[in-house]
Amino acid sequence: MAEAVIRTEKLSRVFDKVRAVDGLDLAVPAGIVFGFLGPNGAGKTTTIRLLLGLLDPSEGRATVLGFDTRHQASGVREKAGALLEHHGLYERLSAEDNLAFYARVWRMTASARRDRIRELLEPLGLWDRRSEAVSRWSRGMKQKLAVARALLHRPSLLFLDEPTAGLDPVAAATLRDDLGTLVSREGVTVFLTTHNLVEAERLCQQVAVIKQGRLLAVGHPDDLKARGATRAEIAGRGFTDATLALLRHQPGVARADMRNGRIVLELAESSETSPLVSLIVQSGCAVEEVRKDKGSLEDVFLTLMEEEQ
Amino acid sequence: MGDVLTVAWKEWRELLLLGGSLRGGRVSLIILLGVFGVFLPLQSGADWVTSPATMFYWGWLPLMLVAGAVADSFAGERERHTLETLLASRLPDRAILFGKIVAAVAYGWGIVMAMLLLSLVTVNLTARAGHLLLFPWRFAIGAPLLACLGAGLAATAGVLVSLRAATVRQAAQTLNVGILLLIFIPVLGARALPDAWKAQAGAWLMSVGMDGLLWTASVALLLLDALLLALAMARFQRSRLILD
Repeated sequence: MAEAVIRTEKLSRVFDKVRAVDGLDLAVPAGIVFGFLGPNGAGKTTTIRLLLGLLDPSEGRATVLGFDTRHQASGVREKAGALLEHHGLYERLSAEDNLAFYARVWRMTASARRDRIRELLEPLGLWDRRSEAVSRWSRGMKQKLAVARALLHRPSLLFLDEPTAGLDPVAAATLRDDLGTLVSREGVTVFLTTHNLVEAERLCQQVAVIKQGRLLAVGHPDDLKARGATRAEIAGRGFTDATLALLRHQPGVARADMRNGRIVLELAESSETSPLVSLIVQSGCAVEEVRKDKGSLEDVFLTLMEEEQ
Repeated sequence: MGDVLTVAWKEWRELLLLGGSLRGGRVSLIILLGVFGVFLPLQSGADWVTSPATMFYWGWLPLMLVAGAVADSFAGERERHTLETLLASRLPDRAILFGKIVAAVAYGWGIVMAMLLLSLVTVNLTARAGHLLLFPWRFAIGAPLLACLGAGLAATAGVLVSLRAATVRQAAQTLNVGILLLIFIPVLGARALPDAWKAQAGAWLMSVGMDGLLWTASVALLLLDALLLALAMARFQRSRLILD
């Protein structure tokens, strides 16, 4: 097991009477993309602020890259990079000036600045437009530039707070691809908060799920999916509420629902689908396609949310 | 010091681009230089250089210049959602605060110096005095000193207001009201004083002379600058700014 770059012990933050982060115990190993999943208001952004030492914890403690976030926050900020809730770009300035400013902040020499800015902007397809004011760019381009800014000083840990939020699907997919490429090239540990589960499944080697500041689950996405029920999706014709009621009474069927004209079943681990398909056919319905798989991360996430409620 | 200059560099870049484009920022500067470096000196002639009273005029001019720029310092970063990223960087608290103050002071003081030089050229070209007109030594030292301290007053007060303001507009309005009060309260207050007090004040002014008045004004401004700077330093807390 690689050494943990982030370790929290009973980390909590209370705002008035709201516990935004509640007794969080985490250990994020080096060299992975760690997904921090949760719905809006779950405490993801507050956790990042605590880990960057921008807020002090109400209880508990956190160490990031070996620095205590309460007493050595400047050490954390020296070594880490961050793309926070907002891209944080100076829109009046050009892309090059934005990066040049943060390169100066990290005390890069003039020649190192020039080389590094080119090295980051070229693969993102932004180099040719580096002199334009950022205000004229699309949101997707701004997010890419913000990622480049966060990587400018070659941080060993990168915080990304919902980097694809608000992007159209094409821009989000492009950013995800670029992010994956850059992260593997730079060899940086990433702490990624998101409520986009496809993104988490594609990018993350380990994920944690939180709700109302409390940690619900943590592990490899496949391990989390394995905890969930087996899912069967049946396409066909003639399905009615009576069909669903019939299926719900069968042993091994945990749940039966109709989604987009298809029957979606949650099954116990050992359940067979063939007797259920026979039953559906005998009830007068036509079955055209049956697909059986482990649930997606989204299913596991939704189940965890429901259980918590 | 390097960090302070880095922040100041960014502030100057933004100040030059205020108004949406580099050209827009430059046009505003050219208009200001035209009014105070050419138009007003043309109207005053040689008095512009020789009258000791104009020295104090250069003390309050930076208040106007700096107040417009410094209102944006923190409120603008907050409004445009750039503040949190700046606070998440390795920059120390003092570097961020002092960088913004240095940028504002240098901006106001630099423009005033340019106006002074331009006005000297204008007066010499148009007054036809037959010899080179120069500012008296008292003026040559006093005007830049008062301009610097005046810019410092506006910068420290502006940063303090901007730290607390929710928007740039709110910060600018508060600062403008403050400057108006700073100018009009002494004027109106002086008028309301009893005649005996006015006579006493006049006698005191005569006794200290121009040099005494210059140093008194300078020390008063310096103390005020230091007080406001201390308040701004106390107010600047990362966690507080994040939660604001």
